[in-house]
Amino acid sequence: MYDYKWPYPLEYDREEIINADVLVLGGGIAGCMAAIAAARAGQKVLLVEKGATKRSGAGGSGCDHWESAATNPCSKVTPEELTQAMLHDNDGFNNGISHYIECREGYDRLLDIEKMGGKIRDTEDEFVGAEFRDDGTKFMFAYDYENRFTLRIWGTTFKPAMYKELKRLGVNIVDRVMVTSLLTEDGIQGARCVGATGIHTRTGKFYIFNAKSSIICMSRPARIWLFSAELPGLCEFRPPQCIGDGHAMGWRAGAEFTMMEKSVRAEFSAAGRSYPPYGAGNNHNTWYAASIIDSRGKEIPYADRDGNILKDVKDRFRPAKGQKFFMKGGGIDFPKYEIEGPETLPFSKMIEEGYKLPFYADLTDLPEEERKVIWGMMVGQEGKTKVPIYQNYTRQGFDPSKHVLQCYGAGWTSASFLPQERQLFGLPGGFFNDWTLGTNIDGLYVAGDALYASDCYGHAAATGYYAGRHAAKYAKVNELKHWDKKQVEDEKRRVYAPLKNDSERGIGWKELNMAIAKTMQNYCGEIKYDDLLKVGLSRLKEYEENIIPQTFAYNPHELIRLLEVFDILTVSKIIIEASLARKISMKSLCFVRGDSIEDDSSKEKLIVIKQYDGKVVTREVPVNYFGDLKENYEKHNQDYI
Amino acid sequence: MREMPAANPIIYDSSKCIGCNRCMEVCQVDIFIPNPEKGKHPIVAYPGECWYCGCCVMECPVEGAIELRHPLMNKVHWVEKSILMKNNKE
Ligand SMILES: Cc1cc2nc3c(=O)[nH]c(=O)nc-3n(C[C@H](O)[C@H](O)[C@H](O)COP(=O)(O)OP(=O)(O)OC[C@H]3O[C@@H](n4cnc5c(N)ncnc54)[C@H](O)[C@@H]3O)c2cc1C
Ligand code: SF4
Ligand code: SF4
Repeated sequence: MYDYKWPYPLEYDREEIINADVLVLGGGIAGCMAAIAAARAGQKVLLVEKGATKRSGAGGSGCDHWESAATNPCSKVTPEELTQAMLHDNDGFNNGISHYIECREGYDRLLDIEKMGGKIRDTEDEFVGAEFRDDGTKFMFAYDYENRFTLRIWGTTFKPAMYKELKRLGVNIVDRVMVTSLLTEDGIQGARCVGATGIHTRTGKFYIFNAKSSIICMSRPARIWLFSAELPGLCEFRPPQCIGDGHAMGWRAGAEFTMMEKSVRAEFSAAGRSYPPYGAGNNHNTWYAASIIDSRGKEIPYADRDGNILKDVKDRFRPAKGQKFFMKGGGIDFPKYEIEGPETLPFSKMIEEGYKLPFYADLTDLPEEERKVIWGMMVGQEGKTKVPIYQNYTRQGFDPSKHVLQCYGAGWTSASFLPQERQLFGLPGGFFNDWTLGTNIDGLYVAGDALYASDCYGHAAATGYYAGRHAAKYAKVNELKHWDKKQVEDEKRRVYAPLKNDSERGIGWKELNMAIAKTMQNYCGEIKYDDLLKVGLSRLKEYEENIIPQTFAYNPHELIRLLEVFDILTVSKIIIEASLARKISMKSLCFVRGDSIEDDSSKEKLIVIKQYDGKVVTREVPVNYFGDLKENYEKHNQDYI
Repeated sequence: MREMPAANPIIYDSSKCIGCNRCMEVCQVDIFIPNPEKGKHPIVAYPGECWYCGCCVMECPVEGAIELRHPLMNKVHWVEKSILMKNNKE
């Protein structure tokens, strides 16, 4: 309720056209690395970002661990072993191509980022002699200290370093522009991608981007089931402007998606339910392997995968007897026995045995270097921790050698959600890709969290760079094609329509988002029924036909928030369509049907879904459609190897 | 007329801020607008949209000019371990 005048010039009717060889959509981790790769390949690169590239995206503020650097000199696992473990852990429902790229090239990207100015080694010798440090390379490892494929890194330094490199390479960076649609040849759905449209988030100006090839790096959908009108910025784990615009425009353009029926009970960051990530007591990711104690100070034991109690703190970082390696981190929620690492005993068991709530994370008794590396390095370098957790808690008196930090929710997680409060989290669905990270649309590539079954910083950097290479290759041999006038005019009408509606009777972005979230909780919650899914779909169509024409925005900022919610509506429809297409429950996809008692887990097929001519088209693809990893990778990347 | 927001993520110290707008320009969510009075700190126009990442504070050239504060309901509790141990004995 401010009385300020809108401070920027309003340019709703102005148009700007920018040409490039390679167009990168989204300037997060994947987008920056894609632009860098394409520019290094000699292409004229244009990068469009909704926020400010210097710190935007999920990893903009920081990142504390880099997973799957299988080719680093200290690693004892191969890219093949690691990718196979990831595939097996998800019964095959994982992106073999993108994770193989992560394992194979992630370490190269880390060295790249170091050259740009990012810090990846303990150059100050702060941790000399620590068991997690390799004194030769000064690399610091996390989790499995014997196999050494996950590195602890100083991620707060990364994004500004990439930003500097983009500028050095002469990439044309357009900040504060929301990409709203993809342009296709002759305006035909499914035809070659010739660019995109955008709208300035401060002035409302319209942009036409014309390019030979384009790369989608706009992360993944959010705010489908979860919404708070008071604190929309805290609804989800990822930044609030990352809500799946890329998926929505891809769907409209006829791109293929898979695993979109997968969702999990929410885990993180819905306003009110959870506590600041990495800022409450827990012993995962950043906080591995903190001790957990009960409210009498009694320690909850760690055990290996066979239930053997681990007496020494050092054992928390070693594979179990007979185990080659164990995995922890982003994509690992409920690990299978093969890769299951040390873990504190189950919550329910502790309650049975009389342990007293609440529990606390306790660093006081850890060896000093373990305490210092968790509180000070990991908490500090991890996203969203440097200022709000490390600096603020320290200022307020938190001392990790004296204080213990309370755990919330069930056990030592930081939240407890209702079954219908769902999220696209833990390797969710997304764009379907081939070995070039290309889509079914000619000239359109995808990288990072927008890919199906994707997650993590190193994965985003590696797939970004890879997609940048392949998009550059495409641009070298294809001509620039002009965009279709009618397609652009239709898009202009669509994006500006809310400004022309009646403000008094108008419906704002928050009201619409809230209605969509409630619809999804009601009709597409934990347990799916064909009948309910169909009602849900018709509700969403009603919103599309009758409510969208009544929406209103006061200024460009609210307009882009509204356009985001239109995209949330589109993504919700994709999710329901994908759910309707999967007829039988499937545990591996956390997909439960109430109207079918069978479990389909043995039937390892991906359902690939797209829209064509207003109709939904599906096809089935074997989960291992990508064939032999090493062989196919090498076939497609001779010039890189 | 004004209304108190559900949370107030950003607190400025006007005596320290030099009004350079760097905090505003780095925010990926764009919750700020520039102050109509030149030289004064930006205005938090959309406090509810804050992601609490801290980049605005990281970008500020003046120590203590800008502070990020979690909503009260997100305030995490800690206690001295020795007090827990004492409770145990009682
Ligand atoms: C708090 C936190 C901590 C994390 N810690 C780790 C960690 O320690 N290790 C790890 O491996 N992973 C970590 N992750 C995950 C990791 O950061 C992400 O997987 C990674 O950043 C994904 O990269 P991306 O490029 O796909 O998406 P992002 O980096 O999120 O970038 C997406 C970009 O697209 C832009 N965008 C969105 N829509 C549009 C549009 N319509 N037009 C223009 N631009 C648009 C956004 O503004 C954003 O900049 C963490 C994530 C969070 C949130
Ligand atoms: S904490 Fe992050 S989201 Fe909030 S105002 Fe600062 S930069 Fe913007
Ligand atoms: S960056 Fe710091 S000094 Fe500059 S306007 Fe913001 S608070 Fe003031």
